[in-house]
Amino acid sequence: MPVAASAVYFLNLRGDVLINRLYRDDVGGNMVDAFRMHIMQTKDLGTCPVRQIGGCSFIYMRISNVYIVIVVSSNANVACAFKFVVEAVNLFKSYFGGAFDEDAIRNNFVLIYELLDEIMDFGYPQNLSPEILKLYITQEGVRSPFSSKPADKPVPNATLQVTGAVGWRREGLSYKKNEVFLDIVESVNLLMSSKGSVLHCDVTGKVLMKCFLSGMPDLKLGLNDKIGLEKESQLKSRPAKSGKTIELDDVTFHQCVNLTRFNSEKTVSFVPPDGEFELMKYRITESVNLPFRVLPTIKELGRTRMEVNVKVKSVFGAKMFALGVVIKIPVPKQTAKTSFQVTSGRAKYNPAIDCLVWKIRKFPGQTEPTLSAEVELISTMGEKKSSTRPPIQMEFQVPMFTASGLRVRFLKVWEKSGYNTVEWVRYITKAGSYEIRS
Amino acid sequence: MSGHDSKYFSTTKKGEIPELKEELNSQYKDKRKDAVKKVIAAMTVGKDVSSLFTDVVNCMQTENLELKKLVYLYLINYAKSQPDLAILAVNTFVKDSQDPNPLIRALAVRTMGCIRVDKITEYLCDPLQRCLKDDDPYVRKTAAICVAKLYDINAELVEDRGFLDSLKDLISDNNPMVVANAVAALAEIQENSTRPIFEITSNTLSKLLTALNECTEWGQVFILDALSRYKAEDAREAENIVERVTPRLQHANCAVVLSAVKMILQQMELITSTDVVRNLCKKMAPPLVTLLSAEPEIQYVALRNINLIVQKRPTILAHEIKVFFCKYNDPIYVKMEKLEIMIKLASDRNIDQVLLEFKEYATEVDVDFVRKAVRAIGRCAIKLERAAERCISVLLELIKIKVNYVVQEAIIVIKDIFRRYPNTYESIIATLCESLDTLDEPEAKASMIWIIGEYAERIDNADELLEGFLESFPEEPAQVQLQLLTAAVKLFLKKPTEGPQQMIQAVLNNATVETDNPDLRDRAYIYWRLLSTDPEAAKDVVLAEKPVISDDSNQLDPTLLDELLANIATLSSVYHKPPEAFVTRLKTTSLKTEDDYSEAGYSESPAHAAESSASPPSSSSNVPDAASRQPDQPLATAASPVPDLIGDLIGLDNSNSLVPVDQPAAASPSLPVLLPASTGQGLQISAQLVRRDGQIFYSLLFENGSPLLLDGFMIQFNKNTFGLAAVGPLQVPPLQPGTSAATLLPMILFKNVAPGPPNSLLQVAVKNNQQPVWYFNDKISLHVFFTEDGRMERATFLETWKSLPDSNEVLKDYPGLVINSVESTLDKLAASNMFFIAKRKNANQEVLYLSAKIPQGIPFLTELTAALGIPSVKCAVKTPSPELAPLFFEAMESLLKS
Repeated sequence: MPVAASAVYFLNLRGDVLINRLYRDDVGGNMVDAFRMHIMQTKDLGTCPVRQIGGCSFIYMRISNVYIVIVVSSNANVACAFKFVVEAVNLFKSYFGGAFDEDAIRNNFVLIYELLDEIMDFGYPQNLSPEILKLYITQEGVRSPFSSKPADKPVPNATLQVTGAVGWRREGLSYKKNEVFLDIVESVNLLMSSKGSVLHCDVTGKVLMKCFLSGMPDLKLGLNDKIGLEKESQLKSRPAKSGKTIELDDVTFHQCVNLTRFNSEKTVSFVPPDGEFELMKYRITESVNLPFRVLPTIKELGRTRMEVNVKVKSVFGAKMFALGVVIKIPVPKQTAKTSFQVTSGRAKYNPAIDCLVWKIRKFPGQTEPTLSAEVELISTMGEKKSSTRPPIQMEFQVPMFTASGLRVRFLKVWEKSGYNTVEWVRYITKAGSYEIRS
Repeated sequence: MSGHDSKYFSTTKKGEIPELKEELNSQYKDKRKDAVKKVIAAMTVGKDVSSLFTDVVNCMQTENLELKKLVYLYLINYAKSQPDLAILAVNTFVKDSQDPNPLIRALAVRTMGCIRVDKITEYLCDPLQRCLKDDDPYVRKTAAICVAKLYDINAELVEDRGFLDSLKDLISDNNPMVVANAVAALAEIQENSTRPIFEITSNTLSKLLTALNECTEWGQVFILDALSRYKAEDAREAENIVERVTPRLQHANCAVVLSAVKMILQQMELITSTDVVRNLCKKMAPPLVTLLSAEPEIQYVALRNINLIVQKRPTILAHEIKVFFCKYNDPIYVKMEKLEIMIKLASDRNIDQVLLEFKEYATEVDVDFVRKAVRAIGRCAIKLERAAERCISVLLELIKIKVNYVVQEAIIVIKDIFRRYPNTYESIIATLCESLDTLDEPEAKASMIWIIGEYAERIDNADELLEGFLESFPEEPAQVQLQLLTAAVKLFLKKPTEGPQQMIQAVLNNATVETDNPDLRDRAYIYWRLLSTDPEAAKDVVLAEKPVISDDSNQLDPTLLDELLANIATLSSVYHKPPEAFVTRLKTTSLKTEDDYSEAGYSESPAHAAESSASPPSSSSNVPDAASRQPDQPLATAASPVPDLIGDLIGLDNSNSLVPVDQPAAASPSLPVLLPASTGQGLQISAQLVRRDGQIFYSLLFENGSPLLLDGFMIQFNKNTFGLAAVGPLQVPPLQPGTSAATLLPMILFKNVAPGPPNSLLQVAVKNNQQPVWYFNDKISLHVFFTEDGRMERATFLETWKSLPDSNEVLKDYPGLVINSVESTLDKLAASNMFFIAKRKNANQEVLYLSAKIPQGIPFLTELTAALGIPSVKCAVKTPSPELAPLFFEAMESLLKS
């Protein structure tokens, strides 16, 4: 049964109910007591996001300082429940203008009640697209409180749009200047052994779009991915152009993309929602260009001293540069004193996270700065030497670089009025979980 | 921009409720709206604002949609507690359901469906009928769900009013969202009904698969989940279906992907072409892997499901083991699941890489994770024979780090490895023995002792090693004691020298005379006898070759696995339990629908179903009915998840100090259930009046199947014929979820007597601090009132009989009852204070005379006539209060039946 919830609770970290909504009668009123007592107040909190207590199941997620708890007593669809929570939070964020936390909930509780009534009926998720809901659920949160009561005016075809086949775009949009912004954002995930061999590496990429287009445009996106190119050359019966092609392991699309068409023709065609949205996500594991190589050597000199040498090599084009590079090198808890030498950027010891934190604001390509540090430890006789050393972690952003090598080949916009559009494309690669065992 | 609603939470003055009342009745719109907001805010923080019901409902008739929604919200929350006032809202609802604005029409129907008050439900039917045929799809999609709501409240009504047919019509609606909601509603109704309501034909199937393309993401989930029940005719149809579902694997919504996977796996069962199957497996792998880049909670759901999928189709992810490598910052629940899947995917090809990972994990911080990693190495050793040696060397490396819990865990798994590969790796025993002193966990100790005993002949100082453990024998946990005992015996049998002989004496002595653990004592005696009568036989028994263990590392039973795979993405697939193991809700089948069902011409229809499910079938004629109701039965028993026996024991412990009398019967397992868990939000109450030592008690059993701690139990009895009332307060300890408590409540008679003709009804109300008040009815059985001094002299009996007018004699036939033996019947009756006076024989019939007395000295003089062994018993009773005769006959019947 695709029921996702019998009741939804929003709790703060103390366990106070901020808002709750019962959708079904099969769970009692104060289920939240059980959640507080058996999960929040025990060390089980955070050990498992789905728990059964008595005849009820609790499905919960923490988002900033709020717990969102779904209670069900039937064999509910958990995937649906979690996805509902994620989408609902996105919706609320879009209404409140960014933040989703305890204060935002208290300040908008009337609106949230109204939305909760709309986005789920009897435990079944309904339309959660902010774009459409904003047509007829309007509160001070969105419009100025001084405007004449907008909610009282019947919105002519809001209901048709909620339920329509293009349930994510409203009709009659008009822009003076038709523009499309397309961002390819990639995160590189890396797990490297201390000896420098890659244990696991993948890229998860997103194509983010911002559309300011009039009417009901049809868009078509072409990438340099292998399957798409092959299909295209097949259709046009001419050999594929030479140049790098990318093999995508998996792609998932926003609901606006026609999946059946993608499956048969391998083209990404869609009618976009207005404004910002995530068009697609993809994953690549083969031939990933790692932007950075990290070479650590950590030596323990006796019981109380350590020598840490880390070399970081940027392996992208010399004309490019990375921004906001942070390298966190874990050191033992009993660290007493540290001294550094870095050839670039700044380093310091952060005792709160037991790490040496090395920051380089602007990191050009084809360079290899180093850090060498000496760490003095408090000698602890009784305690056994901890065998654990967490991995070195790295954060960065490299603009105009894609670790996968993915490129946009074309973005076609077609609308019956035949206007011209301006398209903007940007690329950026960020660190996902970039870990090097030391 | 952000709202400023938090101001509504600030409580200002002491007279909050009166103040709100005043504001709600203000003539200014804005003030009223603000007041309603304050009411909702108060409701949110848990204050009882139900007393404002009338005032809030008065604000309902408004043009302001926002205000209307708030009032509706209030109604949903409080209508149940104020059913009489809720009727005030009906007019507005009905009016709103005809509003020109479709949003308001839909809102009205949606809200009415959420108010579970009979009076409102009655009025819901007409608007719902209209809305199902509304021009606006938004209204129709809301109405579709509303049918499911109504079915939950009153299934009969839905069927009578033909809503099911309207709902089925909506499957062909031209709006995809209406279709999706109609499918969801029908699927749910089908799930709660025993008769076929929503059958998916190949025609509906193809229609729905087409609708899939245009649906919202959630609609796709509803449709895919409903269609996954469809059984394709043949391989070709299955292939067709799969082809149309595979594009869904590319959807960004994880629920759509998992539901598509579920459907594809179901259809794959039918597909015979290996090429097609291989191709499908290839297509499913990437989307499953992609789920692991979602939020950790979603990853967890995906991993639990992948665990099932790889058990069924190991090839799907055979090459993807790397994606399950744990990241340092993964939450612990994700790490644990990844580890489990890594073990399942480990093969000769990737074992080296996997071992490196496990070794890395074994040095992390989280103790549970580290232990699981060590165990994983052991399980790989058992699973992959060729890799066993490498696994062992990794384990030895880990032992050398000398982290206490790593060592202990390693020893536990090495014991298993020895069992799997006997006589292969004993060379490492010496290394293991070095860590002997650090062992402090029972399982690790027991494992080490087992190893020493098993290989005693190869360990030179085995006797010394065991002796080290013996000193603390009496303090060791049972697990360790048992292993020590066996190991000592093995040692003695293998090396019958002086040292072991002394040791065995000491151990046997310890394990027989100085222990009160029956398991240990029994085992010790068996060894003792074996050793003293026939040492050779002892050798054959104790040193017998052990069967080699295999790796069934958490493999599920194939039928269970198939059931779980049919439930992918649901709780069932996360818990790895079939749904009926944790869903306690019963199917809603009202008596009326059953009748309809039989009229429709289904011959196997359970006409007496309600009756037979209420009480166990007493005559053989009911048996076929009971059999035809088979599908219902597992659910019915699942209603009480707590095993009664354990519940009773716990209950006894808890109430021991509270109940003043000896109460072996308090835990009598056969108390009738008066408040089933399904009605009591998980709380189940069973109760019966009993008589003990001349006193009347109400024997109660509370079983808490709700997830809450329940406390503050109180009980109240309504006025009744005998004026039964409780003597003191109900004494039930706070009930933790899953526990139960039994108690005996002393009762008193003639305290609150109900006027009017006598009846056996006893109305009981029970409340606790967490739940609403529960009302249930019990039946007073007259025989609990029969007093111990009811015996009459023969003369008195005759005299009384004669003195009472004939009009005071009432007769009753029990055609179904039979008396087989006079003796046992009399014993039975005497146990309930019905005393034997005399008997005579009339032709082949026995005639028995008995007397009984109830308080206030009312006697019952009884004549029972029956032929032994032949059904039909006649009962005549003469009493000064003939109006009680019906009750007397009921009591008599139950006594004779018992």
